[in-house]
This record gives sequence, C-alpha cells and structure tokens, in this order.
Amino acid sequence: MSLTLTAMTDSTVTGGQQQRSGSGQMSRPSRGPYISVITNRTTNLVIRGTMLFSVGVFLALVLNLLQVQRNVTLFPPDVISSIFSSAWWVPPCCGTASAMIGLLYPCIDSRLGEPHKFKREWSSVMRCVAVFVGINHASAKVDFANNVQLSLTLAALSIGLWWTFDRSRSGFGLGIGIALLATLATQLLVYNGVFQYTSPDFLYIRSWLPCIFFAGVITMGNIGRQLALYEYKVVQEKTHQD
Amino acid sequence: MTLRERLREKISAAFYHHGLLCASYPVPIILFTSASILTCCYPLLRLPLPGTGPVEFTTGVRDYTVPSHEPQGDLGERPDWYRGPPVAYIQQVLVKAAVSPWDSSLVPVDVFRSPLGRVFSLLEEIRNHVHSDSTGVRSLEALCLQVTDLLPGLRRMQSVLPEHGCLLVSPGNYWQNQRELFDSDPDPLKTIQKHEPKGLHTSATLRDLLFGVPGKHTGVSHYNRKRVVTYTITVVLVSYDTRFLGSLRSRLKQLHPSANCSLRDDHMVHVHFKEEIGIAELIPLVTTYIILFAYIYFSTRKIDMVKSKWGLALAAVVTVLSSLLMSVGLCTLFGLTPTLNGGEIFPYLVVVIGLENVLVLTKSVVSTPVDLEVKLRIAQGLSNESWSIMKNMATELCIILIGYFTLVPAIQEFCLFAVVGLVSDFFLQMFFFTTVLSIDIRRMELADLNRRLPAEAGLPPPKPGPLRPREAPPPPRPSPHTITLQTPAFRNLRLPKRLRVVYFLARTRLAQRIIMVGTVIWIGILVYTDPAGLRTYLAAQVSEQSPLGDSGGGGLPPHLGVAPVFHAGDPTSTLSVLPAPEPTPLPENQSQGHHGSAGAGPRPQVPPAVPQITWGAEDEEGWRRLSFRHWPSLFSYYNITLAKRYISILPVIPVTLHLSPQEAIETRHPQDTRHPPPPIPKVSADLQTDLTLYKVAALGLAAGVLLVLLLFCLYRVLCPRNYGQNGVAHGRRRRGDLPCDDYGYSPPVSEISPLLLRGHSMDIECLASDGMLLASCCLAGQIRVWDAQTGDCLTVIPNHGLRRSSSSGCWEQRDGWDSVGGATEPECLGSDYLLRRRSVPARPTLFTDQPDLTPLIDTNFTCQPPSHLATPPRGGFDFGGLVERAYLEHESPSLGDAPTLPAQDRASTAGTQATADWDSSVWAMELRGNLIAAGRSSGKLELWDAVEGSLRCSNEDGVSGITALAFLNNRIVAARLNGSLDFFTVEINKPLGLLQYRGAPGRGSMPPSPCYSSEDVISCQLTRSVQCAHQKPITVLRAAAGRVVTGSQDHTVRVYRLEDSCCLFTLQGHSGGITAIYIDQTMVLASGGQDGAICLWDVLTGSRVSHVYGHRGDVTSLVCTTSCVISSGLDDLICIWDRSTGIKLYSIQQEVGCGASLGVISESLLVTGGQGCVSFWDLNFGDLLQTVYLGQSSDGQGVRQLLVLDNAAIVCDFGSELSLVYVPSVLEKLD
Repeated sequence: MSLTLTAMTDSTVTGGQQQRSGSGQMSRPSRGPYISVITNRTTNLVIRGTMLFSVGVFLALVLNLLQVQRNVTLFPPDVISSIFSSAWWVPPCCGTASAMIGLLYPCIDSRLGEPHKFKREWSSVMRCVAVFVGINHASAKVDFANNVQLSLTLAALSIGLWWTFDRSRSGFGLGIGIALLATLATQLLVYNGVFQYTSPDFLYIRSWLPCIFFAGVITMGNIGRQLALYEYKVVQEKTHQD
Repeated sequence: MTLRERLREKISAAFYHHGLLCASYPVPIILFTSASILTCCYPLLRLPLPGTGPVEFTTGVRDYTVPSHEPQGDLGERPDWYRGPPVAYIQQVLVKAAVSPWDSSLVPVDVFRSPLGRVFSLLEEIRNHVHSDSTGVRSLEALCLQVTDLLPGLRRMQSVLPEHGCLLVSPGNYWQNQRELFDSDPDPLKTIQKHEPKGLHTSATLRDLLFGVPGKHTGVSHYNRKRVVTYTITVVLVSYDTRFLGSLRSRLKQLHPSANCSLRDDHMVHVHFKEEIGIAELIPLVTTYIILFAYIYFSTRKIDMVKSKWGLALAAVVTVLSSLLMSVGLCTLFGLTPTLNGGEIFPYLVVVIGLENVLVLTKSVVSTPVDLEVKLRIAQGLSNESWSIMKNMATELCIILIGYFTLVPAIQEFCLFAVVGLVSDFFLQMFFFTTVLSIDIRRMELADLNRRLPAEAGLPPPKPGPLRPREAPPPPRPSPHTITLQTPAFRNLRLPKRLRVVYFLARTRLAQRIIMVGTVIWIGILVYTDPAGLRTYLAAQVSEQSPLGDSGGGGLPPHLGVAPVFHAGDPTSTLSVLPAPEPTPLPENQSQGHHGSAGAGPRPQVPPAVPQITWGAEDEEGWRRLSFRHWPSLFSYYNITLAKRYISILPVIPVTLHLSPQEAIETRHPQDTRHPPPPIPKVSADLQTDLTLYKVAALGLAAGVLLVLLLFCLYRVLCPRNYGQNGVAHGRRRRGDLPCDDYGYSPPVSEISPLLLRGHSMDIECLASDGMLLASCCLAGQIRVWDAQTGDCLTVIPNHGLRRSSSSGCWEQRDGWDSVGGATEPECLGSDYLLRRRSVPARPTLFTDQPDLTPLIDTNFTCQPPSHLATPPRGGFDFGGLVERAYLEHESPSLGDAPTLPAQDRASTAGTQATADWDSSVWAMELRGNLIAAGRSSGKLELWDAVEGSLRCSNEDGVSGITALAFLNNRIVAARLNGSLDFFTVEINKPLGLLQYRGAPGRGSMPPSPCYSSEDVISCQLTRSVQCAHQKPITVLRAAAGRVVTGSQDHTVRVYRLEDSCCLFTLQGHSGGITAIYIDQTMVLASGGQDGAICLWDVLTGSRVSHVYGHRGDVTSLVCTTSCVISSGLDDLICIWDRSTGIKLYSIQQEVGCGASLGVISESLLVTGGQGCVSFWDLNFGDLLQTVYLGQSSDGQGVRQLLVLDNAAIVCDFGSELSLVYVPSVLEKLD
C-alpha cells in the first residue's frame, strides 16, 4: 500500500520533470499529462477515493484475519480461505467507508477553514497506521480480565492515537460520530440476522467495536488528509504560477 | 523567572555542554557506547534463539513418572518445558513383513499385498488387547486419545482418518480398517496414491501419516527390490500405563517374534514443539513489518544536508534497534523473562520509540550557521532542541506509564519494554547518534575544504605577475582545452541514487559475494541438518567422548547418533564386507547382498531367495526420519495444537511377519496377475540414481545456459550502447581526454559539430540575438548580422572612421605597435608592460576570464608622447570604473589587484583616446526585431537596421559612455559610465499606420517585438534620465517583465519600472559590488556580488528571499531555471542551488579558468563555456554530458560569451569567430 503510494508520488515528480525538461525554456512549462490529471479536481478525487478504498479493503482483510486468529487455535492447511471467511461484503464495505471518511476529512477541514497542520508527513501517517494495527492486535491477542477492562484500555489507546496524530476538534467529533453510527449499524445488522459474529463471546465484540471504529476513522482521516495535501500543493503551485 | 524557564535554561545548558563533549571526543564516546550496548545485550545470549525445530529430551522408561507442573529447582538438564503431562504418548508398532521364501512365480504385487493385509489382524489384536490385573481391567479404549471431528476443511480425509474414537492410524485406514475392502481392492497402490496431494507436497503427507515411516522406506511399490514392507501402527495414548503397554508389547512379541531384533526399549523421547507461525498469522505480521519499513523509509528520507544520508539513516536505525535490544537485555537481566512474542511486538515498539528525535536533532544541527566550528554547531543544535526533546520524552513516558496501569499483564510487559527502550534510546541518541552526527558534519566540512583547495592551488603566491600560468603548465594534462574533471575526491557529482547503488554493487561485486556466502551457508546448513550428516556424527562424537554419556535419564542416549553414520543400508560398505552373493539366475537376486545387515547378526542359514528382515538401529527411532511436522500435522487435523507443548514417544514394538508364498498367492486379487509385468529396469538402482543424477545435471546445465543466453539477449536489448568502450567510431572524441567519471562510465558520445561563423577580423566583443537574427560586433567595430538558423551572414555594418581597414592591416598595426612600444618605451613601462605585451599573443589560461582590454587601447597609441603615459590624467573620467565596466561586461571580473594595475595604466590612456576619438567603439549592443541598438563609448546610441545595414537613427544626448543596454518592447534603457540611467523610447511612424508583430517562434517568454519596415521613420527620444541612479558605476543591467534591474559597484541593486522609469526598490544586502543579475518573466530576481554571495529577491515586494554564500570571490554569472539557481564564480565552481529553499544542491568544480559563461538550454541542461569548448551538463545529477570542441586549434581561446537561442542552439564567441552549436542529440537523450 505504502509502496504504491510512494511509487505514485515518485512517478508524479519524475513525470513532471520529464515534461518540463522536454518543453525547453518556455517560461511557463506546460505540465505533463499526469500532473494535469492530478490537477483535474474530479479525477484527483477519484484517484484518492480509489487509493483509500484499496487501503480500507486491505486493512479490513488483514484485521479480520487477526480477529479470526483469536477464535481458532490452529488452522487447517488451507488457511487462505479463512481470510475470506467472513461475509464477502464486509471488506468492500470497509473500503467504501474508509474512502468516504478519507475524503470527508480534508473536505471538512477546508469547510471549517482550519487546515490541518499537525504533523503532516508520511512518516507520521505510517506511524498512525502502525498504531492502529497495534490496537487491533492488542484487542485480538491480549487476554483481558473482563470486557470493561478491554473497553477502557481500548478507549484509552484510541484517544491516545487521536491525541498523538490528530489533535483536531473536527477529527475527534467526526470520529466519535462515525464510530457511534457504525456501531449502531452493526448492531442493527446483527439483530436482523444479516450478519453474525463468529466470536463465541458476544459481549467481547461489542466492547471493542466502537473503539476500533474510532481509531479506524482517525487513521483513515489521517491518510485522506495526507493524500489531499498533494492536490493542495499542486493547486497552490498552479495559482502561484497564474 | 519562572520555574519552567529556569528548568529550560538548565536543560539547554546541559545539552550544550553535552554536545561539546560529544563532538570533542567522538571515538572514545562511540567506543563507550558500543561497549555499553554489548554489555546490555549480553543477557540476550541466554534467550533461546528463534526457530521452529522441535526440541527433544530423553528419559528412561522404567522410572518414568509424569512430570509435575511446578518447576522443580535443580533437576539439572531437565528443560523448562518438561512440565506437566504431555499432550499424548505415541506408541508405534513397527511392522516389517516379507513373503519368504520368494518364488519366481510371484508377481510384484505380492510384495506388499499380503503383508499389508496382515495389518488388519494386527489391528484387531491391538484393539482387543485387554490387560487385567489386581487394579482392574484396562483396554485401549480407556487409554487412547479420543478424538472428535476432523476440522471442517478436511472433509476429503474423513474416509481415511479416524473420527469419534481412538486416534489409531495405520495403513489399514485406507480401507476403513476393513479386510474385505482391502481384499476387493484391485489396486492398493492406486488407493494409496489417490490420497496424495497433487503437486508439490512439503512435509507430512497422508501416506507418511498412515504408514508412519517415510514413503520410500515403506517398500510398498512395484519396484521394491528388498521385498520387505515396513509400516507402523501408531497408537496415540492419552495416559501412560506401564502395565498395559508392557502386556501389549509382550503379547505382540509373542505372536510375532522378531528373532534378530535387539532394539532397545528403555528410552522414551519427549519432543517439544515450538510455536509455528502459520500463514494466517504471517499476513498481519508481514503487514506490520511493511508498515514499519514504510515508516522508517519516510522518516529517514527527511535526513538532509549531511555528508552521507545513508550513513545517518543507518545510524538512526541502529540507534532504535540497539535500544530495543538493550531494553530486552536489561529486562532479562533483572529477572523478567519475556513472554510476548518478540517478533510480533517488535514493530510496535519501534513505532512507539520512533525516529523523530533523531531527525529533529539532525535538522537542528544542520540548520546552525555553517561558519561555526563543528563542536559549537553540534552543541547549539542540541541545545536548541533540548526542551522539545525533553518534553516529548516526558509525554511519552507518561503515556506509557498510563498504559502500565491498565493492569493487563501483556500490556504491562509491553510498557515495561517500551519504557526501558525509551530511556536507552535517549541514552543512545545522546551519545551514539550525536557523535556520529558530529563525525558526519566534520566530514562534510573537510570535503568542502578539499573542494576549495584546487582553486586556491591554482594561484601559487610566490611568483609575481601574470607570467605564472605560462611558466608552469600542469604537465600531465593531456590536452589543454579539455574540461578535465577534478579527481574524484574533489568532485561532488550527484548521481541518481539507483545508479549509485548499482555502481556500488558493481564496484564491490557485492551481489556475487552475497550469493556466494549465501550458498556456502546454505550448503553448510544442508550438511549440518542432513539426518545422516554432520550433526549426528558430531553428536555421536560428543556422546562418545562425554564421560557421562548415559548417566541417569537426562543424558543423550549413546546409541542415538551412532546409527546413521554407519548406515545399515549403505550398499557399498556392506558389499565389501559380506561374502560375495551366490550366483543366481534371477536378476532380482543381485540385490540380495544389499540388505545384508550391519545391525544385529544375520541369520546364518538364509535361503538365497529369502527377503531378509533385519532390524537395525535406525528402526529404533524410525520417527526421526519423518518430517518434524509429522506429529503437529497429525494432531492439527483434530484441532489440537502442539505449539509450546510436548509429546512423549514410547519405544517402538517391533513385529516381524514372515508370510509364505502360498499365503501371498491366496490373498491375491484376481486383477493382480493381469497387471503387465512391471517394466523393471534391468539396470541396478545405483545406475538408476546415477541416471537421474545425470539427467538433473544435464537439465540444470541446459537451464543455466539458457538463462545466460536470455540475460545476454536482455542486456543487448536494454543496453544497445557500448558503455565504457570509447568507440572506434568516434574518432574525434578521442582527441581529448574522454571525461570518465570515477565509475568508469563515460557518457554516450554523439557527434555535435559546431557551425563556425567566420567573418570578423578581430575578437568578438558584443553578441546579441533575438532568436531569429544574431548580431555580433568585434573589436574592429564591425557589426555583422547572421541568420541564427543557418549561420549565413546577412549584413555587414562596417565601422566608419579610422578603423575601417582590413583585418590583416589591423593586426599588422597592432603588431607594429607592440614592437614599437616594446622598443621605444621600456624604461617608462618597466617590466609590467613587458609582461603585458608577452601575454597578449597567446592568451594564458589563467587570464581567459579577464576581459580583453584591447578595445580600450587605442591603436594610435604610438603617436602619443610617452610622458603622457607616465602621468595619466585622472581628472575627467573614472578610469577605475571604466576598467570595471570592461571587466564586468565580459562577465569575468579581475582576479586581483596585481594584474589589474598595469592594465589600468593602459586603460587610462586608452580611455582618453577613446573619448577623443570621434567615432568610438561599440560597448553595448542589443537586437530586437530588425533593430540593432548599439551603445558607443562616446555616449551615442545608434539604431541600425539589421537587414539593410543602414543607420536609422541616433541619439547623442549623453556624453558618458554607454556601458550596458536593455531593449524591451519599444524602450531602450542605457546605463552610462557615470552611473546614470537613461530611458529612451523608440517611436515608429509608420506610413501605413500598421505595426506588424512578429512573434518569436517557439518562445513564450519573448515579448513580441515590433517589426520595423524600411519605410518607417524611426526616432529615438530620451524620455527620462536618472542622473544619479547609483553612486558608483552601473555594472549590470537586466530587463524583463516590465522591470529594469541595475546592479552597481555601490553594493546595491535597484529595480525600476520600465513604463515610467520610476525606481521601485533599492535592494541592499550585498557586501560587495554587484557582478551578476538574473531576472526573468516570473519576476524572480537573483543577484550575485563580489562578496561571493547570491541573493534571491521577490521583485513584487522587494524582500530578500534568501541569501547564501557560495563562492570564494566574485560571482561571475547567474542563471535560473524553474527549480534551481546556477551560479559560477571566480573560484571556478559552478554551484546549483535550490530556488525555493536556497539550499545548495551540489557544485561542480571545474578546471581553473573555465566556466565564466553559463547558459540553460532546458530545465535540465546546462551549458558552460570553457577553453575552446563548451560543455553540456545534466542539471539533475551534475553529470557532464558532453564537451564540444569549437575549433581544431588547441590554443586556449576561451569562450566568454554564450547565448542560448530558442531552437536549442547556443552561440558563443570563439576568438574572432562565432560558433553556433546545435544540441538536438542531447535533448533527445534527455527525453
């Protein structure tokens, strides 16, 4: 995921350079096709959405695998099928949700007029993703004494994540809101029998779900903001040149 | 002062002192740090190494009791996993069966059909075995491991593996343990094969599981030459009952005695399995590691402005890793045993500890002033960031401490590691990383110093006067006009990273070495882990030598390793020992000797055709030959994990079955005989294996050859050029020394032949172009107009007046003057004059960047009285300014005072002459449209028609000589010697009232120039004259984007608006005269001064964007691209700066006396003029792309002016010739 990301940014840069070097000494070098695609707002939106979607799907698959591990001690030889053991529509749903969240965050930032300036760099984003995976890992692997403890620990971790990587009020509000909504939706689905927890312990799931959702929202928002920064940069450059 | 501030100050001071300490004693500190790292990591040696291989422990059978759960203190060698009951006890019944005596009437199927058939009766026997004594009745059902369902994914094995009952596996499972099914099975082999997985199977196949011996040892095949079938019946017991097992053993032995069996049965082996990482666990693990690497990559990418990025990144990573190791080591030292999976929590620990501090430190140190001492820089950088570092660390510690109070053991342990890791990371940052950083910074400064040395070395101080360059030419230089790059140490080229990596790999042959080492290690591992190989041999040696080989139950069983070394099945050794086999007609009997056993003694009277069943030591622990995943996979089918648990394997029960041929025939299936006789190859097995070996070898060889061919083809396709072989086809290039970089890579050669425009009789003085036309003016005052595309001379405007003479005459005149001057006035001029005269004919290398002062020297000089020279009239004119102007117009300021002085004397006289002359020389020229604007030394501004060569208008409002001209739209700006600035307006009265605009082709930056036709009446009006534009003479004048920028000797730059000639800004910031200015359409203004500084200004606001010191001595010229600023200086250095940040990207050290003129062809192509050549550089990486020689003559005629035209052509002056160089091939390559 991150590799494709860097590859993309690299290709952006090189593409631009090549084009500029080709265009000679024109005072306003015409941008390469890639840059123009990037500058095109809708295309940019689509690209960002696609990347966020794939990130979401990937994370959903991996984290699902983590959760599956908790319930089964040992796997049959054909493990791979257990990646897709849950319903097929769960990863696409996660992907869509993450794409929406990732696009929503920069949008809200620009609406509120307070651009997010805190730790805007890829290393920080990577750190955030790693901590998110770590929270999942902890919730899957660590044995807690009871569910209250689990909930409290996860909540503390999630809020720590927000404080370390986000620290914006809008991010916090959106995170809480989406987490609540998502939990509600999951509960509805479960009560209607569309979806069943595989876990033997129902309460266990319910206690970590909101925290994981919150952390996930913060993470995806972080990625989305970082991606939006590229568009912002290009637009800024453009206006500067005009 | 609040407490906080006091604290802050204290911390800052402490960090400052610490930084000083680190930078002062780098080596001792690094040694100390390494020692402490090693000390802290020492306890880690006691931790078990990660690995998935099972661990064994052997105890005696007799006094066996189930180990208790509590750890017992000093049980010596008892491993700590040997606690509590095992998951299961494995009892194997090893069956060896053979049909004997072998009869020629038997078919190959008989080898295994009836022996396999006997498994069912054995199973019955085992299942029904009941042991009853005083304590009660025990049966297998009560003792065995009851299993439930198979895992859901294993439906296909449901028919084979037992479910809901005892875990008892045997080959009989293939036929559901029913004799009838077996008997009616037409092809048992097929049934067995049916269950084998398709394709490559790794370790434990179903066949291995059921047979309990490796597939090739079972003997169940048509080609079994030994005719002995081996299989096991594996009983998995949940509890250990000595009496039951004893009775079972004795019962089976009694039923099927093994006469020659001497297997030991007094040892049981406990096998402990480590945790295995499945794919399902691997995927999240790999994901976290990928994220970790991305994090490290993105973090270390930010390290900048240091000598070795890689080195510092490595140091940062080493810091984090060793702090983690230290934390684990310390925790272990204080009695905490890590229970968490190290590999799992490791990425999270790294992320929590982070690389941020390291980066912050680097950035802070790098951003300290460069001119400070290294020590002070480190100290300042440290103390600047001390507060934030301490604050961050305190916050992190707080967060982790909060985590510690969650009271979840795993999280607590994690937090403990993290806290210790954080503290040790801080320690390492302070001591290790800071020191490494100081070393790096010092190295960078050293490198900077080294780079500057050659520039200074070019000026040996003791030799006076301008003689020195000629006297001591550097002898090893093969040809004087080549730009030879400096030795690698002095070069600071920025190759692309991938290329650098490739070069590095190529240079050190790293890949081959790694592969070689890897192969050696691999082979070593293979040899070591080979079951019959080194390890067992070593083990045997050790156990033989050890005095307590079998003391107690804990020791290694002495027989354990001996067996495989003297392998019973080794055909060659046994063949030589045993007596020769009796001759038999049957070919099968050839193999008889092979199973003459080395184990127990063979039975004495063996009928020749009897397949012999032998029991060797290797049968004792036959399970060793199975894959180590055998047991885990068997148990995993029933969802029982063996990870971190152990099983106990009981000694095998040997069962020998001898079947008579009749029995074999009776049990035959009707189809058995119908099978075609198996195509038993008559060759012996040895030959067979040899053949396969040959086949494999041949295939491998073929594959290797194919691979080499493929790679060769790929190479040919991808690299069509012959790198490194400076081609035979490029004879011209070989004339000069081919510039090779330190990797032996010479840039691709493509021929660029310059077009020489000849016609001028003397050296070219001014050069102007508007893209279509090219105007040049020589010393003789002749102006020539050329077509920039074709190089045709369109017009010649001769200088009217005294100097209209042929070129030969001109030269003669000058020569005459030289000789006369030398002869008549030696006493007046002294040695200075002599030196000057000598240096004229052949331009010395060092002086090429000095202006040619010959135009200032009047050729009528000889008629002046010599006394005039001795007392130069300094009243009327500023001769210093004149000389300065001349210097700067050539964009090559003086090297120093020594050479200037004599020249000034000359110039002073010349100046008087020049103004006294009624028709003065052209000092500045501009070309727009069809009009040539020429500024003369008399202060006259003339407008010539470029095509017709007629004078259209002239203006004589000023008297001071015009030193520089700018022609933009219809305005002309002239800078005069006295520091005033005149704005002229060109008015065109068109008869038709129409202005045709001719856009410059392909160049957006050029404003459309009005085209003047010959009928127009052109007038030139002085609109405004700024009398005191500068205090001192104006040295540079540039105009673009509606602004006129002047730079002067008075250290200031002024910006005027072109329309109303109003002064917008006076930019101050240089501490020396301005020598170079660049402005372009995007309103970027760069200025360079004599102080070696380069300033970037914002023309809109007049603010200084950045200010950098790049050169020692004057900045001679400045060019900008959209991303960088390129400057050249008197120190022969070309520096490339980042335009937005002002950071020096890299610099190119050139030969002494080169690089005064610069031009940018495209965004990434730079042109510099040198000695008789021009060089093309790749701006992105600083590579020299090509050097083009302008003429055949090898005298060092320097290129002083260089113009870049639109069509990627450059024009430069080359003595009296102009040179037009097209560079299409370079562009092609760049694209």
